[in-house]
Amino acid sequence: MLQLIQSLNSAVCGFLHINSYLQGIVILICINVIAVLGMSVLTGFTRLFSFGNAGFMSIGAYTAAILTVQFHVNFLIAIVCGAAFSGFIAFLLGSVTLRLKGDYFLITCLGFGECVRVLFNYTKDLTGGSAGYSGIPNYSPMLFVLACACLAFFLAWRFIHSKYGRNLTSIRENEVAAEAVGVNVFRSKRMSFVFSAIYAGWAGALYGGYLMYIVPVSFNLTKSCELITTTVIGGLGSLTGSVLGALVVTVLPEVFRSMERYRMLLYGVAVVLVIMLKPSGIYGYKEFSLKGTIRWFRDGRYRNLFKSRRQAQAKEQDTAGKGGN
Amino acid sequence: MFLQQLVTGVSVGGIYALLATGYSLIYSLLDFSNWAHGEVAMIGAYTALVVSSTLGLPFFLAVVVGIAGAALFSYLNERVAYRRIRHNNSPNMFLMIAAMGLSTVYQQAANLIFTGKYQMYDFRLPVSTIQIGNTYLGILDMVSLVITAVILIGLIYLINKTQFGLNVRAIASNSYAARVLGVQVDKSIASVFLLAGGLAGVAGVLYGMKYNVFPTMGNVGLKAFIASVIGGLGSVPGAIVGAVLLGIIETLCTAYINSSLRDFFSFALLIVLLLVKPSGLFGVDVQDKA
Amino acid sequence: MAVVLEMKNVEKHFGGVRAIDDFSVTLDQGKIHGLIGPNGAGKTTIFNNITGIYAPNAGKIIFNGQDITGTPPHRVAQLGIGRTFQNIRLFSNLPVLDNVIIASNLDATYNLPQAFFKTAKYREREKYVREKAMNLLEVVGLSDRAGELANSLPYGHQRKLEIARAMALDPKLLLLDEPAAGMNADESAELVSFVQELRERFAITILMIEHHMDVVTNLCDHVTVLNFGKTIATGTPAEVKSNPEVIKAYLGGAD
Repeated sequence: MLQLIQSLNSAVCGFLHINSYLQGIVILICINVIAVLGMSVLTGFTRLFSFGNAGFMSIGAYTAAILTVQFHVNFLIAIVCGAAFSGFIAFLLGSVTLRLKGDYFLITCLGFGECVRVLFNYTKDLTGGSAGYSGIPNYSPMLFVLACACLAFFLAWRFIHSKYGRNLTSIRENEVAAEAVGVNVFRSKRMSFVFSAIYAGWAGALYGGYLMYIVPVSFNLTKSCELITTTVIGGLGSLTGSVLGALVVTVLPEVFRSMERYRMLLYGVAVVLVIMLKPSGIYGYKEFSLKGTIRWFRDGRYRNLFKSRRQAQAKEQDTAGKGGN
Repeated sequence: MFLQQLVTGVSVGGIYALLATGYSLIYSLLDFSNWAHGEVAMIGAYTALVVSSTLGLPFFLAVVVGIAGAALFSYLNERVAYRRIRHNNSPNMFLMIAAMGLSTVYQQAANLIFTGKYQMYDFRLPVSTIQIGNTYLGILDMVSLVITAVILIGLIYLINKTQFGLNVRAIASNSYAARVLGVQVDKSIASVFLLAGGLAGVAGVLYGMKYNVFPTMGNVGLKAFIASVIGGLGSVPGAIVGAVLLGIIETLCTAYINSSLRDFFSFALLIVLLLVKPSGLFGVDVQDKA
Repeated sequence: MAVVLEMKNVEKHFGGVRAIDDFSVTLDQGKIHGLIGPNGAGKTTIFNNITGIYAPNAGKIIFNGQDITGTPPHRVAQLGIGRTFQNIRLFSNLPVLDNVIIASNLDATYNLPQAFFKTAKYREREKYVREKAMNLLEVVGLSDRAGELANSLPYGHQRKLEIARAMALDPKLLLLDEPAAGMNADESAELVSFVQELRERFAITILMIEHHMDVVTNLCDHVTVLNFGKTIATGTPAEVKSNPEVIKAYLGGAD
């Protein structure tokens, strides 16, 4: 099965003249897209924050790797197991921590991510510790990862546009009101958390299959921050924005190789600027559509990019003034 | 042996406390965790380093400049970024994201300017340990402990006994009412950032003396954040207690259990604590209800 | 006559403060019941006890013969109690229509796989939910603004949208928290006829907190007056208005 996909992959890539360097970039983009989509559902739509998603990625990566190497499990099953196990852990963790408020919840996620990393470092017999886990078969050929990313986007899209997604958005907008219209806030939050962990685990499993070697340190807090950064740049509350964000953040450093040293610096600057000037990100609350983009340019609405914030603010103060009692 | 560990633990905790009180002060005013705070300490440490090595200023003067540098950056964070975001009526989470972005920026910038290498201050304390009975206490630990204690006592006095402290507490309890009653909210907030930045600067220098100066040293801010969560977000005394507790737990864990599992135990304890006391030891449970 | 909601000797303290003290009320099917009293009298606390935001320290709350004391808010909503908020709480950055659709969880009976594959059931339910929401917007006169963001609506329309959203729960009981707050005489008069229309059209029972006495007089069949958490009078609006204790506590007061 794996051989079939691999030979199909090399046939297609050969036909289209895609060399292995380009394949690598596409694979990394797709893996990032999957992880960022999970983050987007959690942060962009539910306004929950997780500094632990790199931890979930590592759970997916190690589960899939150990299953394929030590237990000779079929790679598809291994990936599914990696994602599912990551989701299962998120379910357990979320069941106890999602009742905590704001930053208290956040620190438990962060702590969880660090704990997972320390544990993978410590359990040398199973994971190889800080030296890493090698010998993973290459089960992430480009075509397969691309298909995974498309599937991930498709599922996320359907999820967000169903009642489940609406419930998450209602929590983002106003938790008390969401409860008052019958949304089970706790269960919805947990669903969002599990969803994002499954995506992280999925991405992690593919990552292991691509590099054929994993170390705990690649799933540290910096990685979690990178996921959040990408999500913010793409736009909180937009799935297409997240895909675009992942694309930009992965491709730019490849295009500007000389800028590699400044990569994270520039991302940091970008995040601060986005949050200050246009917090909804590139698309923010809106999804990409060709028609919409054409209209946007035709009507000259892009001129409002910076102006609109102040106007919106004035409007808000206006209604708030009337609402005060 | 145990006493020695305890003193080390308390002194490490003291450094955490200098930062953790900053987290708490800012959280109590603005309801967000200022993730860039650890980097502010790093900036203080590097400023002192650069000033003492290039300008050849005496160490104590260099430290003062370092503290001022940290305070300045802390103030700039508020003045340039956070204030604008607040005035946009953005959700609090955006403040935290911005802080995370700033922290990345500072860390990366330090890495580019100073490279990743560990650097030492020229200044050395004369003797490394003193002997009391049959325990050896690190001089640096003791000095750091005394400095921290004096500063924290001063801080508590400032908050509880002065007009400035009263303003800050008023804003923390209800910023709208404070504004109506004539408190200059933005100005007080900016002063708190200056103050917290100065404390972070002290922490940065002390930390640098103990563990050297390096670009990622700002990650100590994470420890301080944990400490302030243990104590209860927004509570200054809570932050101090939390910081000392965390310092002791870490030191004992390193000494008696396993140094590579140190962080695991701190985080595990934190999670367990929050499950028992969801708002930390001294935190107030603020609910957003109709 | 059927009893929709019964509160028996409900008490709620915060620290040492008795926010509501020995509060009892019986709401009959199809009636509009008013809850009045000076600020801080505990009116909104009563709403929060009914809707499960707070659990009362003592007493019982029975809705449609079922004990709902301490039931969590989303369950109370699903059982059929809709509410509005004193400070409007809309899903501000979402379109008007979506604000109402979100309240239709009980009608959207499909599961996750059905949503992934957009099965016939998913389509049918989503269509139903959408149409129902549009109908409700028509009732409150907002159908032509369905696509606009909720926070772009003027204040009075935001209040109506909040009511439409609560109605999407198919509630048997509707709790209105100061629906006429911030409205002038004309707007209040319009609100009165709007609420009467709601009651007739949906045969709904309403409990409302209101400060505008003309609104209370024109709408309510029965009124309970609170002061410092204690019930100081009950009766028809006319009876209550002439009660000397009420005049002293409320009508003659600073308000």
